[in-house]
Amino acid sequence: MTSTDTAGAGAPAPAGALVADPVLDIRGLSVDYGFDANPTHVLRDVSLSLGRGEVLGLAGESGCGKSTLAYAATRLLPPPGLITGGEVWFTGRDGRREDVLAMTDARLRQSRWQDTAIVFQGAMNSLNPVFRVGRQIVDGIFAHRPKWSKAQATERAAELFEMVGIAPDRLRSYPHQLSGGMRQRVMIAMALALEPQVLIMDEPTTALDVVMQRQIVEQIAELRDRLGFSVIFITHDVSLLIEIADRIAIMYAGEIVEQGPAQELYRRPRHPYTKGLLSSFPPLRGPKTELAGIPGAPPDLSNPPAGCRFAARCPHALGRCQAVEPELGPTAVPGDATARRVACHLHDGAQPVPLELALTR
Amino acid sequence: MKFLLRRSIFYVITAWAAVTINFIIPRLLPGDPVAAIIAKNQGKIPAEAAESLRILFGLDDSLSLWDQYVQYWKLLFQGDLGLSFTFFPTPVADVVAQGLPWTIGLVGISTIIAFTIGTLVGTAIGWRRGTWADSLLPITTFFSTVPYFWLGLIVVAIFSVNLGWFPSSGSYDRGLVPAFDWPFISSVIYYGTLPALTIVLSSISGWILGMRNMMVTVSSEDYVTVAHAKGLSARAVMFGYAARNAVLPQISSFALSLGFIVGGTLIMEMIFSYQGIGYTLYQAVSTHDYPLMQGCFLVITLSVLAANIIADFVYAVLDPRTRQEG
Repeated sequence: MTSTDTAGAGAPAPAGALVADPVLDIRGLSVDYGFDANPTHVLRDVSLSLGRGEVLGLAGESGCGKSTLAYAATRLLPPPGLITGGEVWFTGRDGRREDVLAMTDARLRQSRWQDTAIVFQGAMNSLNPVFRVGRQIVDGIFAHRPKWSKAQATERAAELFEMVGIAPDRLRSYPHQLSGGMRQRVMIAMALALEPQVLIMDEPTTALDVVMQRQIVEQIAELRDRLGFSVIFITHDVSLLIEIADRIAIMYAGEIVEQGPAQELYRRPRHPYTKGLLSSFPPLRGPKTELAGIPGAPPDLSNPPAGCRFAARCPHALGRCQAVEPELGPTAVPGDATARRVACHLHDGAQPVPLELALTR
Repeated sequence: MKFLLRRSIFYVITAWAAVTINFIIPRLLPGDPVAAIIAKNQGKIPAEAAESLRILFGLDDSLSLWDQYVQYWKLLFQGDLGLSFTFFPTPVADVVAQGLPWTIGLVGISTIIAFTIGTLVGTAIGWRRGTWADSLLPITTFFSTVPYFWLGLIVVAIFSVNLGWFPSSGSYDRGLVPAFDWPFISSVIYYGTLPALTIVLSSISGWILGMRNMMVTVSSEDYVTVAHAKGLSARAVMFGYAARNAVLPQISSFALSLGFIVGGTLIMEMIFSYQGIGYTLYQAVSTHDYPLMQGCFLVITLSVLAANIIADFVYAVLDPRTRQEG
């Protein structure tokens, strides 16, 4: 399992690969919105790996492409979204490797929920309001285990409910009879029904109160330890993310601008955007700090600026930031883990990195 | 069950109000029905008979309004709606009973056909939104915007007068004796095809449009995406998740349109000289046949009410959120 410690000091990963044993390997994924002559490029050449057993946090402001990435990687992107390029390699427990984007429809249907399950943001709307929740778990099981008996599937559903801490007699409830937190637990139980290897959670706690958020996050961490699946946890709440994630990737305007082990990235951000994002949330522990926020708004993706997309809001912007687009590469801070990547001209070695982006301790 | 009881009480009160209004309105109308019937028979009824007619029709002023009201209810429970002027001395109940099955049969079946086909087509179009299938919409909408009487006349002109495929009027071959056998039933179907066709043509676009729009709305709901993500077959997602939810508003409109079956087909029955309740009502109005009018109105009101009850309970079965248990 990749953890913060091993990633920092461990064996050198092959060049380009940040994760030794990726279960999901997204390469150069691009997504456009709109079928017309002038589509909006929402994702541009995004590459991201998810290690086996790892919790990968994906953070960024609203509209930066976090959810689009999740939907595109699972081919659930609704129109007018269109995947224009890239590969999504899934590696099974038995070592089989498949490109999700190249699967036939039948194979894709077979792979869904078994390989990759998803928990969506709106627990409210993720359940079909006219069916009992038990039935909704069971129909997913039957889609992949057609030979199972009804009793067997129901038993599995009851088992899942107990696993997420809901009384099994709630299987006979309709979604509207459950509270928001319970519904999200039902979704998690449903997602784990076929023991998937990847669980994508798209803002699973956003609609919940803080106490419930915490319970859900702890539950996911506990289940992950027990069942050994990998998680992509999408949120805009970075302080929640460091509670659960092993590694964090920061997205801005359809691109990944920084990634690295969670604690390192949280304590020692290298990209000005990460720094700004972190100062927008109160720390859960430690002394009070003033919340700064990031001035301005993300760029209009239908008409993106030349060069670095963050340049207009960046306090450290250089002349070439307006013209040349930075690429994701190693940081310029000595002693940084090899697993750290940042897309910023400040780290190209031509000038010293500003002090606040070069903390080492 | 609490829900059923509450709804039942509501419907009893509504039915009472409907019947009461049905009792009051004719009494507020100007004109004297007895004078009208004497005038209609042009001297065949002597003026001295006026008083006896008044008593026969229950119009004598000696009774107070309240007594009349009580009597009205009593007779209603016995199924006695009075005597028709037009078809004197046939009881109104018999006249209505004669027309009602024809209307319910023809319009009811065509409404069900239009609803079923329209909803299925709407499901398919909504599921494949943004494709060539959407171009079906303007075609069907064209038929519903054409005035119904005109559509009816065109259909008669083409299929009956020019091509001679179907009869232009009537409800069955007059040479046959009404019986529950194949020759008679096939004749009824044969005669009913054209009127049914016009009803389906003129109403189907509403069903398609309604279902299509709901499908588009529901298809973007998270639970449909979840159903896809679960790896369910496209068919299961389309019917079990998308259409299952999109059909709910359709059910309410379907119930409403069932209620209008009885009252809303006057033009069709006139164009095709179909012996339904709409045609009966038309005759009643044109001959000042108050008891018959009242009878027709009562049947129409009660059928709308009955359709509402059915809709309510069907909805409760289909949508668990409307059942407020406990």
